[in-house]
Parts: sequence; C-alpha cells; structure tokens
Amino acid sequence: MKEYQTITEISGPLVFAEVDEPVGYDEIVEIETQEGETLRGQVLESSEGIVSIQVFEGTGGIDRNASVRFLGETMKMPVTEDLLGRVLDGSGNPIDGGPEIVPDERRDIVGAAINPYSREYPEEFIQTGVSAIDGMNTLVRGQKLPIFSGSGLPHNDLSLQIARQATVPEEEGEGEEGSEFAVIFGAMGITQEEANEFMADFERTGALERSVVFMNLADDPAVERTVTPRLALTTAEYLAFEKGYHVLVILTDITNYCEALREIGAAREEVPGRRGYPGYMYTDLAQLYERAGRIKGREGSVTQIPILTMPGDDDTHPIPDLTGYITEGQIVMDRDLNSQGIEPPINVLPSLSRLMDDGIGEGLTRADHADVSDQMYAAYAEGEDLRDLVNIVGREALSERDNKYLDFADRFEEEFVQQGYETNRSIDETLELGWDLLSMLPKEELNRVDEDLIAEHYREDEGEQVEATAD
Amino acid sequence: MSQAEETETVREDGVIESVSGPVVTATDLDARMNDVVYVGDEGLMGEVIEIEGNLTTIQVYEETSGVGPGEPVENTGEPLSVDLGPGMLDSIYDGVQRPLDVLESKMGTAFLDRGVDAPGIDMEKTWEFTPTVSEGDDVEPGDIIGEVPETESITHKVMVPPDYEGGEVTSIEAGNFTVEETVATLDSGEEITMHQEWPVRQARPAAEKETPTVPLQSGQRVQDGLFPIAKGGTAAIPGPFGSGKTVTQHQLAKWSDADIVVYVGCGERGNEMTEVIEDFPELEDPMTGKPLMSRTCLIANTSNMPVAARESCIYTGITIAEYFRDMGYDVALMADSTSRWAEAMREISSRLEEMPGEEGYPAYLAAALSEFYERAGLFQNINGTQGSVSVIGAVSPPGGDFSEPVTQNTLRIVKTFWALDADLAERRHFPSINWNESYSLYRQQLDPWFRENVAEDFPEVRQWGIDVLDEEDELQEIVQLVGKDALPEDQQLTLEVARYIREAWLQQNAFHDVDTYCEPKKTYRMLKAIKTFNDEAFEALDAGVPVDEIVDVDAVPRLNRMGTAEEWNEFIDELEDDLKEQIRELY
Repeated sequence: MKEYQTITEISGPLVFAEVDEPVGYDEIVEIETQEGETLRGQVLESSEGIVSIQVFEGTGGIDRNASVRFLGETMKMPVTEDLLGRVLDGSGNPIDGGPEIVPDERRDIVGAAINPYSREYPEEFIQTGVSAIDGMNTLVRGQKLPIFSGSGLPHNDLSLQIARQATVPEEEGEGEEGSEFAVIFGAMGITQEEANEFMADFERTGALERSVVFMNLADDPAVERTVTPRLALTTAEYLAFEKGYHVLVILTDITNYCEALREIGAAREEVPGRRGYPGYMYTDLAQLYERAGRIKGREGSVTQIPILTMPGDDDTHPIPDLTGYITEGQIVMDRDLNSQGIEPPINVLPSLSRLMDDGIGEGLTRADHADVSDQMYAAYAEGEDLRDLVNIVGREALSERDNKYLDFADRFEEEFVQQGYETNRSIDETLELGWDLLSMLPKEELNRVDEDLIAEHYREDEGEQVEATAD
Repeated sequence: MSQAEETETVREDGVIESVSGPVVTATDLDARMNDVVYVGDEGLMGEVIEIEGNLTTIQVYEETSGVGPGEPVENTGEPLSVDLGPGMLDSIYDGVQRPLDVLESKMGTAFLDRGVDAPGIDMEKTWEFTPTVSEGDDVEPGDIIGEVPETESITHKVMVPPDYEGGEVTSIEAGNFTVEETVATLDSGEEITMHQEWPVRQARPAAEKETPTVPLQSGQRVQDGLFPIAKGGTAAIPGPFGSGKTVTQHQLAKWSDADIVVYVGCGERGNEMTEVIEDFPELEDPMTGKPLMSRTCLIANTSNMPVAARESCIYTGITIAEYFRDMGYDVALMADSTSRWAEAMREISSRLEEMPGEEGYPAYLAAALSEFYERAGLFQNINGTQGSVSVIGAVSPPGGDFSEPVTQNTLRIVKTFWALDADLAERRHFPSINWNESYSLYRQQLDPWFRENVAEDFPEVRQWGIDVLDEEDELQEIVQLVGKDALPEDQQLTLEVARYIREAWLQQNAFHDVDTYCEPKKTYRMLKAIKTFNDEAFEALDAGVPVDEIVDVDAVPRLNRMGTAEEWNEFIDELEDDLKEQIRELY
C-alpha cells in the first residue's frame, strides 16, 4: 500500500491526486488530513499519473498536504448473520454502541448482476394486510415495488405498516413464520426526526431484532448516500442467498440518492442529461433495483420497497420516471386522498404491480382475485370519470347506472382503501370487502368477472339494499 | 469477433492508459475501428470505438471495477461477430452472444462473473446433416447445400457463407458432424462447415427488397383488426411505464405466425426475462403445436448488465434474424426496448465527451435507428429463397412524452405505430393500444390478403368499426358537458355499440387461456357480430323501440363473452341468431 502527498486539486466532493503507479478503477482510498482525521473515498477515474477520487464524508478539512492511501481493493461490506439487530451509519460502521462486528465474509458492494437464466420467477404472494396493495396491486417475493410519494405524505407510516405486517400466508400454518424473515432498512438523507420515528416503531414492535438499519441522515455527507443502498443490498443478498432469509429491503429516500448522483456528476463536469441528472442514472438505478429477486435452488429472496418523493408530485420527473421503467410497478400516494383523511392514501388507478398476475389466483390467493381486482379497477375508473361530470351537471342529471358508479367510487375509497395504519386485513377479508362493494352494481355490469364466480360470490340482497338507499 | 476460434491474426498489443466506467483508453494498440479486444489481466471483452493518434478508446462489455492503467490490452484483429449455425434456437444469450446457461455452469454461481467466454453455439454437439446438393453441382455464395433438423419445428439450412467465392462441389456427404467439421468442399479450395461467423454491425447481403403483402398475424384483435403489420414490416410500440409494452411484446412473441422469433430484452428487467424463459417452453405454437421455445432465440441483456453490451445486443439480434431469413424463413424480431439501446449510446457518447445532440443523445442517433430498422424487410435472398425480417421495437419515452428524440426518430422510419396509452392502462383496458393515435400504413397493401383469406368484406367491416369509434370520440366531448341522457336516442345507441367494440372486441385478456390468442377469422366474426347488433338495434330504433329496451335484451351482454368462448364459431352463430330474434321481438 503506497501513500502519497500529491493532491493537486480539490473540488466539491472530488479530490485529484498524482500517482506514480497504476490504481484500479473503483478502488477504495483513505485520506488522512493533517488533523489526523481519516476520510474514505473511491476512485472515479484512473489515468496514467492521475486519479480522481470521490470522498464519501465530504472534502472538508482536506488540504494539499493530506496523505492519500490506495487500499488496492474495491469497496467491501463485512457481512454476517450477527448484523441482525444492529444499527449502522451510512458507511456501515456501528452507531448503536454494540460490540464490534466480526464478519463471516467481506463482499464487494457493487454486486454482480444475477444471471437471468439463474433467476426464479417470483410468484409467492406476500400479504401486507393493506387492501389497496393485496387486493389491487399484489406484492410478491422477489419483487421491487416502489412507493411513489410526495413531500408531506405518510409514506413512512405505510412502509412501516408493510414491514410490520408482511407475511406469506401458507407459512403461518407451518408455524415457522418469523424466524426467517428479515428487514433491511436503508435510509438516505432522511431527517433525524424521521429516523427517530422509524427507530421508535422498530423498537416498539420488536422488529429491530430481525432488522439491519443503515442510517445516512440529512446532515451526513451527500456522497455517502451513493454507498448506503449498496451496503444495504449487499447485506440483503448475503442474508437471502447464503443464509436463506426472506429479506424485505426498504430504501428511503431514492430522491436524495439521485440528488447525490447529480452532485457528483456536476462536480466531475459531466455532460448532464434531463434536468441536470447524469445520463447514466438509468443504469445506476438499475444496478440497485435489479438486486431484488429469487435464485433457483436458493431458499431466500430479496424484495425491495424503495420510497421516493416525487418533486412537485410530478411522475414524469426523471427520478420516478426512470424508476418506473425499472421496477415492477409502483404504489402511488395521493395528496387529495390524504387530505380526505384516507389512510393509507393510495391511489390505485396509477398504481400497478406487474408481477401480480402470476402471484394470485387459485392455490395462491383465491380463484376470484384477478377478476375482482379487474372489475374494481374498471368500476372505480368509471366512477372517477363521472365525478368530473357531476361537478358540471349535478347528480340528478345522471342516469341511475351512473349514480351507482359514483356511489361505488365513494365507498371504494372510504371502506376499501381506508383502513388505518394499525389494521391488518387478511386477503380473504380484502376480497370479501371487494364483493360487498361490487354487489352495489347490477350483475350485468360485472363484465370482467367469470359467470361462475358471480354466482358464487355476488350478494343478491346487497344490490337491492343499496338501490333502496340511493332512491 | 466470435469466441469460437482462436484467431491467428493477433496484432500488436497495447497498455491501458485510463479507466472511467465502461470506457477504457489504451496506448500503443494497433487496432482498426470496431475490432474486438481483451482488456486487462482478466481479459474483459471490449470493442474499439475511437482512435486518436496513439490513443485507442475501447468500450468494455463487462464491469471494469479494479481494472487499472498499465494492464495489457490484447487485440483480436476482428470485428464483433456472432456465431451462426445450428443450436441457436432454444438458447438464451447475453448482449454479445454468450449463452447464459453455459455461463452459469462455467462460473459456478448465479451471479455474472467477469472474463469468462463461451462460444455462441455448442462446438461439441453433433448434428445430423443431409445434403441437398450433390458432388459436381455448382454452388454460389448463400446457396443452401444441406439440412439439419435443429428443433422440433425448424429445419436448419446449411448455406455457403456469403463471403465465399463458391464453385463446384468436390465432396459432400451425409452424416453426423459437429459444427466445426467440414461437410463439403468446393473446387475453389473452400471448405464449408455448419458454422459461420458474421460481423454484427454489417447487414447480411440480399438480392432485392420487396414490398410486403402478407400480414404478420399477431393473434391480437386490435393489431390484426385495426393496425396490421406486414411480414417484413416495422412497428414501434411507444408507451409510458406500466402501459403494457412488455406484455404486448410477449404476446407477439408467443402468438405471431412467424417461423422464427428473436426476442431481444435490451436493458429491461431480469424477472421479465425469467418469465419468458420459464413460460415459453411450456407454451404451444398455435400453428404447429410444438413448444414455442423451439422457434425462439432469446437475447437478454438486463438493465444491470454492462451498458456496452446493451448497445451491441440489438445488432446481435438482428444478425441472427437475418441469418434465418437467408434460409427462407419469416423472422420476427422484438426489441424491448430500443430506448434503452439509445440510452446506452448516449452513455457511451457522453463518456467520450462527444458533442451532444438533442437531450444529450449523440448526433448519430437518427442514423443508428434508421440503419437498424432498414435491416427489416421482405427480401429476395441471394440463394433465390424469399424470407423476411419483421422488426417490432418497443420505445420507452421519458414521462410518456412522445415528442422526445427516440420516439420521434423511430416514427419517421416505421410504418406501424401502436401507441400505448397510460389512461387506458389505468382503467385496465388491455392491450392499451390507443385506437385514435395508432396507425398502420400497411392496411392497403394487406387488404387483398385479408379479403382472400379472412372475409371478402373485412376492410369494410373494419372501416365501420373505425367510424363508430371516431363518432364515439366526438360524442364523448358532448357527454362530458351535458351527460349521456341529454343525447338523442340514436347517438345513445351509437355510444352503446362503441362500448361493445371497446370492451368486447378491442380488449383482450392476455392471461385467459382462450382469449390470449384470437385468429383473424375470429377477430372478424366478433366485430361482425357487434355490427349485427348495431344493424338490428338501429332498425328497432327506427321502428320506435326505446334504446333502454334494446340494450336490455338478454343476448346483448353475451357479446362480452365472445372472446373467451372456446367454440367461438358456434357461440357467435347462436349469439347472432338470438340477437336478431330477441330484438325483432320488441316491435
């Protein structure tokens, strides 16, 4: 390991140093300031004679006399099962005052791509206990399903609810549920207050002992944020594919991560892409999100729920846009529903789970699941359309059929989506509730449901009751 | 170059000068543009993309972490090529044609390691070769000299490589050979094996490009019925995320009546490719009844795999497609998604610090796109057979905005446009192809085929359907203002009819065993049945029957069940009779 005192330029998070021997791309660097502080960084570009280094903790305190050490290896995460129950900072150092971590293995944090041939297609239903997700946008093991939210919306409550309630129904019967379920929480640039909220909930519910928490707070260096999710995912992969855990990874907030990418890109004077974000942001995000999945012949799985706040609630902004193209759907939080007091304020119309179709149905959830969900989507969309019309012409001007759809849309929000953050609904309860609502509509309108299923589940009297109250 | 053989023409090697992500520069490397090189101590595969004085720029197809200056660069002296020969079908490759199953066993892990090579086709396996020419026959470049049963449904034709001279066959015999063993020799001294190589960035030669007149049947009503694509045609499927691009592409890969399907997953999701790998072997080709996989070649370069290989995977795919075209097959190539390919070009270009064009894309984006789509077409091959390559490219416009450069440059070239609509997708109208925005410029040249093979009045019935949908579009604007009940009765009825066209005909459930595939005759009959309802209903209306009563007739909602009916001919016969009878009873 060679030490240099050859720093030529310091700019934003970047340090340039002259070297007289080759240094590998992506290698880890330690910089010792004259005050004796040690900062860590990573080689961003390596040329003959000069390297550019991105410093995780920020370049404050570095001067041209600081010494630079190249460790000759790329960034590694020490992994072990003992990490469960621990709280680490954004660079992977314990901050909970617990004992030193003795690693089983040190793993490259960049992580190799899973060979698509070796993947196993995800089709195991995860019950989150949230009707708007289970019923309409089902989550399955090995999926990456982000929450698209906005500033001031309760995405943290929802993600905690999911972390708390997520189970796979069959396992409950076998009585071994819980033992092999783990949560990895990667926080990037969240406030201390939010962090406290998460920690309090983890401690209250006892979830901490099956969790690993990585905390990069809002006042921690931005560049560190580009490492935090990789540490979290490396730990997740280890627990899932070596130790057989079913790991749920919650990453919040991806928007802060992307801001950090942009900051580094700008410091490097790269040609910017849309809205100043680097042109390789798609590839970069894919390298995080694609680390979810299942592998043939391995017990565990990595399921990801990244949370991102859409700047200006705009889902065409590059961050949600690129995310949506990589992830397998999205859960969208809605400001209007939130102000109506709906908990969780999930707008099911723009939400989607791409892996839903293979994770539901007979033997997985229930035979009527797909049809019920489809029909409710169509009916709710129709009700939503009619609301615009009502504003213009009033309810009286609409036909009886239209009025039923309007009632449906109202009850759908107030009874199906609305459930509170403490209620845990089984998939049966969710689907029965769905039938309660669908039975408000005449049978003939249920054109997406199989006739046999209508005969089995349709509540004959319900329809009339509602009709009576509507008159 | 291909991994198949050690090359003899090793040129002078160089030394790495700098590394920045997938872009590496080397000094003292004696190389031509587009030569394949092995980079660093681990021998990572790369391609020369720029030469400036003594400095050569290389894009590397593998992760470059830990690679540093001073490491060697070895030149192979050959351009990026694919291995062509029996064994490509039923395979799954990465972007530079390394078989992923072989990589898995060679690397011994489920994760993709670096510096491992594997030939695109199995060099050890023997194939049963049957000659179709005899000794003494004259053969020219491209000519078919024999056959190999490659999979259950496809016979592989062994051809004289197009870059050979040709001549008189001096020896040829039947038997079992590996792809590297000589199966025939020519008097020119050339030896023919079942294995060819072809540089991916160069189109394989053909005699002539012709105007396509036969549709590529997709088994999807909205496509066959309203916006058909020809065999040898080009189509684009742009749509925002969640609008169903990938399902649409999968449906085409499953049910279209091409002989061979090349499916390129370019920068998309790993789980989606896994779905294809798991589903296709179990599905039957509706034409032949054989497993779909036996006519399919998959190329999977998922979004987290190296970006340079994403740039090349499109070319790998089209070269394989052209090779099968040369055998006289109709090939369909699905590229999902061409936007990821364009972004890979952008990423490499920005690392090269090239002057950016629109939205940071390189200035040669339009040229690269049109060059790619121009490799599609119905061709008279140099061996006299006729084959086609149809290209269907998905486009993922940022924010669903069709005015962005990739969509716009694609639309200037392709002749079929299937516009996916987030609004339709949100209300679960699938396939969410917007009927007002989409178009097909092939309709006219395909109409004679439809008249002859489906129904004499197919174009007229289709036009009727389009007219009703157009009228609905106009009426909806009024309904938005005054409500449906304020419309006159005949317009209310038109809205009802249009609703059935949308819900019973345009919508198709890809996950329903029967509905997932709809042959053109069924497509026609379903629309015709709705027209029967329309005609009967309007007659009843003229006779003074109120709309409410007409649409309340028992048989009418059964229109919604046509798609899922197994015995559809009988079902529609009966339904049409009932419609007529029950509506006529009203007056």
